[in-house]
Amino acid sequence: MTAAAMDINAAALRRDERREKLALFSLCAPASLLVLVIIVAPVGWLFWLSLFNDAGVMSLDNYTRMFESKSYTRIFITTFQVSFLTTALCVLLGYPLAYFLAQLPRRWAALGMLAVLLPFWTSLLVRTYAWLVVLQRKGLVNQWGMELGLWEAPLRLAHNLNGTLIGMAHIMLPFLVLPLYGAMKAIDFDYMKAAANLGANPVSAFRHVFLPLSLPGLFAGIIIVFVLCLGFFVTPAVLGGGKVIMVSMKIETLVDLFFNFGTASALGVVLLGLTLLVLFAAHKLLQLDRVLGGGHGGNP
Amino acid sequence: MNTAPRYMAGRMSGRISGRFSGSWLSRPASDTQVTHRGRLWLYALAALIMIFLVVPTLIVIPMSFSGSQYLEFPPRDWSMRWYDNYLQTSEWMTATWVSIKAAVLTVLVVTPLATMAAYGLYVSQLKAARYVFILLITPMMVPVILIAIGVFFAYTRLRLNNTMLGLVLAHSALALPLCLIVISAGLKSYDMNQERVARSLGASRLRAFMVITLPQIRFSVITGALLAFIVSFDEVIVALFITGSGMSTITRSMFLALRDQIDPTIAAISTILILITTAALVAAQIFGRTAQKKS
Repeated sequence: MTAAAMDINAAALRRDERREKLALFSLCAPASLLVLVIIVAPVGWLFWLSLFNDAGVMSLDNYTRMFESKSYTRIFITTFQVSFLTTALCVLLGYPLAYFLAQLPRRWAALGMLAVLLPFWTSLLVRTYAWLVVLQRKGLVNQWGMELGLWEAPLRLAHNLNGTLIGMAHIMLPFLVLPLYGAMKAIDFDYMKAAANLGANPVSAFRHVFLPLSLPGLFAGIIIVFVLCLGFFVTPAVLGGGKVIMVSMKIETLVDLFFNFGTASALGVVLLGLTLLVLFAAHKLLQLDRVLGGGHGGNP
Repeated sequence: MNTAPRYMAGRMSGRISGRFSGSWLSRPASDTQVTHRGRLWLYALAALIMIFLVVPTLIVIPMSFSGSQYLEFPPRDWSMRWYDNYLQTSEWMTATWVSIKAAVLTVLVVTPLATMAAYGLYVSQLKAARYVFILLITPMMVPVILIAIGVFFAYTRLRLNNTMLGLVLAHSALALPLCLIVISAGLKSYDMNQERVARSLGASRLRAFMVITLPQIRFSVITGALLAFIVSFDEVIVALFITGSGMSTITRSMFLALRDQIDPTIAAISTILILITTAALVAAQIFGRTAQKKS
C-alpha cells in the first residue's frame, strides 16, 4: 500500500470514529430536549417577561422596584437571614453528629446513619406537618413543658421565625451531615495517632489535624444547605404562619393572586442569579463538582 | 519516649490504671487517648441530635391512631377513624391515584432517558459532553419556584395545565439530574472493556449494552428509578401551579389542607407515606446487598 493510500485509510477511520462518537452523543438528545423544553425555554421566557413593565413597555422597572421598594428589600433580607441562620444551626448540630458517627464501629455507624437517612427520605411535607403538630400552641412541646412546670404560658414556637428555623434545620440537617460524614470517613485516623505521638493533646490534635481535613466536606454541606434554603418554599409557608416571607413565597403570591408574571419573574431571575453566584463562588473556592459527584461525561 | 511531654505520661498512667480497673468509661475512645468518660458529652449531644432527627419524623405514626379531634401524644383513646376518613374521602383517593400514576409514569420516562444520556456522555468522550452534562443538571440548580411559574406560563399556551402529560413531563425534568448523576456514577465504576470484548466477539453495540453492561449497572439504574419515583411523589410546588381539581397530587392536597387547619387525616396519610418510602428503601437495600454479593 502506498503512503497516500494509507493516509486516505487513516482519514476514513478518523471520520468513522467521529461519526460513531456523534451517534453515541446523540443519545443525550431526548434528555436534553426535555430539559430545554420544560426548564430552559420557560425560564428564558420568564426572563423576557421580566423586562416589560405593567404597561407592556420594555424597561427595567421590575428590577429597579426591587431596590427602591422597602418591602422587596425586606424579603431578600429575610431570605438571607433565614438561610444563614438555618445553615448555622445545621453546622452546630451536624458537625458533632458527623464526628460521632464517623468514629463508630461499622455496624453501629450503619445504625446511626439510619437516624440521618430516615428523615432524609421521609416526605418533606410529612416532616413539616409533624413539626407543626409538635410546635403549635397546644402542641407536644408546650403540653409537656407546661405539665412539667417549665413555663407557664404556651411558648410561641410555630407560625413564626422560630418554627421556620426549627423545621428548616431539621429538613436540611441530613444535607449537611451526609457530605461531612463522607469527608470524615475518608480521613486517615493514623494522622491523629501521629499527632498524638508528636506530643499533641487530643484537643490540639483535633484542631490542627482533624478539623482542617474535614473542612472541605463541611463547606460542601454548607453550600448545599444554603442554596437549598434560598429557594425554600413549603416549610416557611406552613411553619412561618405568614410572618416569614421568603422570595419564593412572594413569587407564589404574585402569580397566584395577582397574575403578575413580570414582577414575579424578575424576583425569580434575581433569586436564580444569587443562587448561581453562591454556587459559582463555591466552585471557584473549592471545586464543588468533585463533591456533587460531578459525572462530567467525557473523561473516564 | 524521654521527650514525651509530661501530660502524656499522666494520660498513659491513667490509661493503664483504667485498663486494670476494667471500666469501659476509663478506656480510651480511640487511639488518640481520650477516654470514653472524657467524651460522654459528645455521646449525649449526638444522642440528642439523633432524637431531634428521628422523633418528629415518627411521632405522627402513633398520633394518627388517635380517637380525638385534637392530636395528642400519647393518644387517650385509639381508633382508625382518620384512616377511615382518608379512605372514604373521594378527593384524597383521587389525589393518591394521581400521585401514584404520575410517579410511575415519571420513572418510566426518566429512567431510559437518563440511562441513554449517561451512556452517551460517558462513551462519546467529546468535549461538549461536559456542557451537556451541565445542561442536564440545570433542573437541580434553578429554584423550583421559578421552574414552577415558568412551566405554568408555558403550559397555559400549550394547554397542558391540569393534564397528566404535563405533570409527568415536568416531574421528569425535575427528576432527571439525580437519576443521571446516580447512573453516571454507576457507569464510572464499571469496566467498559467488558463491553468492548462483547463487541469484538460480534455483538452489536445495543446487544452488548443490553446483555453485558446493563445487568452490571442495574443497581445504579434501579436506585435512579427509585429516586425519580420519590422526587415525583414528594413534589409540591410545581404541582401546586400546574394542577387543579381532579388532577391534584396527594402532596399538593396535603399542603393546601395544612395551610388552613390541622386535620388529623393528614397524620394518617403521613403514616402511609412513611411506610411507602421505608418499604421502597428496604427493598432497594436488600436488592443492593444481593447484587453486591453476586458481583
